[in-house]
Amino acid sequence: MTTKPPVQLRIVVDLNRCQSYGQCVFAAPTVFRFHGEELLEYDYAPGERVRAEVERAATACPVQAIALGTPATKASR
Amino acid sequence: MSTGHIVVVGASLAGLRAAEALRDEGFTGGLTLIGDEPYLPYDRPPLSKAVLSGRLSEEHIELPQLRTIDARWLLGVAATGLDRPHQQVILADGGRIGFDKLLIATGTRARPWPVAAGDAPRGVHLLRGRDDAATLHAALKAGPRRVLVIGGGFTGSEVASSCRDLGLAVTLTHRGAAPLSGALGSTLAHFTIGLHRDAGVDLRVATTVDALDSDETGQLRRARLSDGSAVDIDVAVVALGAVSNIAWLAGSGLLTDHHGLRCDATCRVYTTEGGFADGTYAAGDVAYWPHPLYHDRLVRLEHWGNAIEQARVAAHNMVHDSGELRTHDQLPSFWSNQFGVNIKAIGLPTAADQVVITQGSPAERKFVAAYGQKDRLVGALAVNSPRVLDGYAALIQARAPFPPILNAPDAPTDHDPLPAGFPQTLASTTARH
Repeated sequence: MTTKPPVQLRIVVDLNRCQSYGQCVFAAPTVFRFHGEELLEYDYAPGERVRAEVERAATACPVQAIALGTPATKASR
Repeated sequence: MSTGHIVVVGASLAGLRAAEALRDEGFTGGLTLIGDEPYLPYDRPPLSKAVLSGRLSEEHIELPQLRTIDARWLLGVAATGLDRPHQQVILADGGRIGFDKLLIATGTRARPWPVAAGDAPRGVHLLRGRDDAATLHAALKAGPRRVLVIGGGFTGSEVASSCRDLGLAVTLTHRGAAPLSGALGSTLAHFTIGLHRDAGVDLRVATTVDALDSDETGQLRRARLSDGSAVDIDVAVVALGAVSNIAWLAGSGLLTDHHGLRCDATCRVYTTEGGFADGTYAAGDVAYWPHPLYHDRLVRLEHWGNAIEQARVAAHNMVHDSGELRTHDQLPSFWSNQFGVNIKAIGLPTAADQVVITQGSPAERKFVAAYGQKDRLVGALAVNSPRVLDGYAALIQARAPFPPILNAPDAPTDHDPLPAGFPQTLASTTARH
């Protein structure tokens, strides 16, 4: 039995700000994709292995719509 | 106030972003978040889309925490009362949580099907939270003969779209002339009729549901509609809008009405006597407040972006209460993704009496339209045109005239304004204190 690594990277996209430029899709195609021409779909918990790509996606977004954070926790943090 | 104890009632998007903003603003005191759902904050918009269609599980949509907040979380605990003289929130288990300052961010719940609890058939669903979405997703995966969606607002339309993604037969009833007519006005909402029907939705506009009938086991089997027809169904989703969670404030002396919790544009909550409740603030779907960009028109915005920004304004004002207060005057903004179409809107379409198509064509499902109220631009709608709205936003905030003079290269040849098609209601009276 393999244990999955704990999820540390969580993201949310401000879909008001998003204007479907798609730079995120280029930077992290396993995390972001388009449905149809203009609808962004994404994975809120993409996994540590793609952190660098997700950080590049957030930086590349022309409208800065991608926010990176950590899982909220009930532990005092 | 940078020390002391702040209690945030409501642990969803507004509550979480308020907690982060309180720390950003330099609050170093104790912080307690109270949430009636037993879950850490999660994103609600995907519940009617990716969670229903199965692309994402309901655990997968938890919101990121964007900074340390050092808070005590009381989750799965409802606030049932507010003792203002003693500055305590009363919990369902009888516990009392003391506060120096209070932020109310208890949001809304789905308006239920109007029968007594216990009389609703099995198979009638609401959709507001994670548990609702998980239950409904399971019901849809079981392969019902047909789904009835009651109400063609944003939630109902997205649910119908997700049902079609799952290959399910779906009937949608909507009171108005077209789905989204409540939010967009019947003139511009008209294009959605084709969206639904082309996707295979059995769309019944100008139609309501008279009754939901069940079999001898209490399972939903049929709906009787106002057009005299009946539809055989196994699942119904009631999508008739949301009501504010203010019942817990009854008797507390805070000013509420059927819209929500009354506060001003700095998020300070009013009392029934007309002044402000000391140290008490509101943010998010629960708040009913005067919007400075719209002549202090009272609004309750169920928008994702409003929850975040109003929470930030409230947090600033809670910490810097003896200094300069910020005003919450952000231009409203919302979106919907349905039937493969991206719909974005800004401003306050519901304030409009006229609309005009400024770019593109509804027939091609790619267009932009402007909303006007008495010669002033008050909102804009962009369908499959997400990159245009910044320009319209600047015009709205500059109080530009309507119709806007844009000379857009893709402007339609006929650009006469049309009636917006909202129900005629009395203008809100502004309660100035």
